Amino acid sequence: MKKPRASKVLIFALSLVPVFWLGWRAYNGRLTANPIEFITHFTGDWTLRFLVFTLAITPLRKILHRPKLIQYRRMIGLFALFYASLHFLTYLVVDKFFDWNEILTDIGKRTYITLGFTALVILVALGITSTAGWIRRMGGRRWNRLHRLIYAAIALGVVHYYWSVKSDVRDPIFYGFLAAVLLGYRGVVWASDRRKRVAASTLRKSPEPAVR
Amino acid sequence: MLIKKSPDLRYSDVTPKSLYLNRRKFLAGVPAAFLAGSELLSPSRRAVAATTKLQTVKSSLTTTGEKINDKQDVTTYNNYYEFGTGKDEPSQLAPPRLKTSPWTVSIEGDCAKPRKISIEEILKVAPLEERVYRHRCVEAWSIVVPWIGYSLSTLLKQAEPTPKAKFVAFETLYDQKAMLSPLQAGIPLPYVEGLRMDEAMHPLTLLCVGMYGETLPSQDGAPVRLVIPWKYGFKSIKSIVKIKFVGSQPPATWNEYAGNEYGFYSNVNPHRSHPRWSQAKERRLGEFGRRDTLMFNGYGDQVASLYNGMDLMKYY
Repeated sequence: MKKPRASKVLIFALSLVPVFWLGWRAYNGRLTANPIEFITHFTGDWTLRFLVFTLAITPLRKILHRPKLIQYRRMIGLFALFYASLHFLTYLVVDKFFDWNEILTDIGKRTYITLGFTALVILVALGITSTAGWIRRMGGRRWNRLHRLIYAAIALGVVHYYWSVKSDVRDPIFYGFLAAVLLGYRGVVWASDRRKRVAASTLRKSPEPAVR
Repeated sequence: MLIKKSPDLRYSDVTPKSLYLNRRKFLAGVPAAFLAGSELLSPSRRAVAATTKLQTVKSSLTTTGEKINDKQDVTTYNNYYEFGTGKDEPSQLAPPRLKTSPWTVSIEGDCAKPRKISIEEILKVAPLEERVYRHRCVEAWSIVVPWIGYSLSTLLKQAEPTPKAKFVAFETLYDQKAMLSPLQAGIPLPYVEGLRMDEAMHPLTLLCVGMYGETLPSQDGAPVRLVIPWKYGFKSIKSIVKIKFVGSQPPATWNEYAGNEYGFYSNVNPHRSHPRWSQAKERRLGEFGRRDTLMFNGYGDQVASLYNGMDLMKYY
């Protein structure tokens, strides 16, 4: 097996710091008077943060001229799935204790939970298809198109957060702003690429050769 | 065994020679200096340590058979949006910022004897009772607290409300310099609440000045608040500065903010879900699983008759 790069090991370890931090607080009895709520919010926050990190890779590659950053994207994205799973497991096991009746009511009736659950399903699908084998099987184009669903996942995650809070929407708005910047960047790139493509195709179609 | 040794005397501890020489004159001034000193020291000490012991009598209205929550939970897990929207913020920000002395409550509106009453007078209106109540937050968590106070009706009756008074409006202190702005808190401020006259006069409705044998900590609504055990916690308004008898239903902060989510009555009702979450169950702080929420938070025997003939799904 190939030896992983030191930088990957470092990022892997850093990504686990929040879990150990949570464990440390739990060990010291510092999970507030409502530990389950604290863990739910903590893992939810870190899911959104890792989604932001994942989506920041592509812009950073271009802006910093560091194309090799791509090698970390899958791992960071899988950590978003990791924290989302912890978030959901906290809800499923600790909060509702497998009360399927109530969980199904929640998922069906409470819009913010419907959205959060949808985002989780997306992340699971992207996690499963994140391997080299799946890229080969699907073909790069189709794989890329599928994995654009992460845009939907972060948007759903932000709205899920926004609708779950009572009145202080500053944090959800902050994540919404980050998501808007990251998705806006892609929108701008897409629009300018399209303009270039259109320009190129009209150039090809023109009967007169372009002036050199 | 560790034996604590008191620190040695430092040179700064030595009595200045001038004082030593004038010690008789100095001694004569001690009582006055002590009084002045305690007056100077007390505001800061009050701000940090805050609570003092209260003498109470037993109450027949106390809830029995419940395990009382740790004081630590009740004083560190708070909703007091004027001091932060996180549960842990009020316990950090309210004690140094909320100035509870001097404190007066203005009783006004449709009554024969409007007055301004100081907190010291409020403490003497009636014998202070210790009442254990279940307290259910609209966010589906609950606590059991030994509150201290007396029935709000005792104070209200002294003001002699006129027949025009149909509701009572309450208002929390709003100190712009010490508290969050409405924008930061996300809700309009000052915080206001209201009760129907019969709800306000109900013996269970507690004018609360303390808990756990002491005066109220700032984050729990010092120096005087309401506790209405059959309603969601946000109805139990904190740090009251105004009580006004009015003829029509007064505004209530959360109701104004989102009327479809928080009704004016806001009686604890497991059958009426909050639009975004279920109210059928609750987490008692300190417990692992969830327990069933009781209609009127278990106080139905005493209060259900207040709402005879009302559709509680409509008037939530």
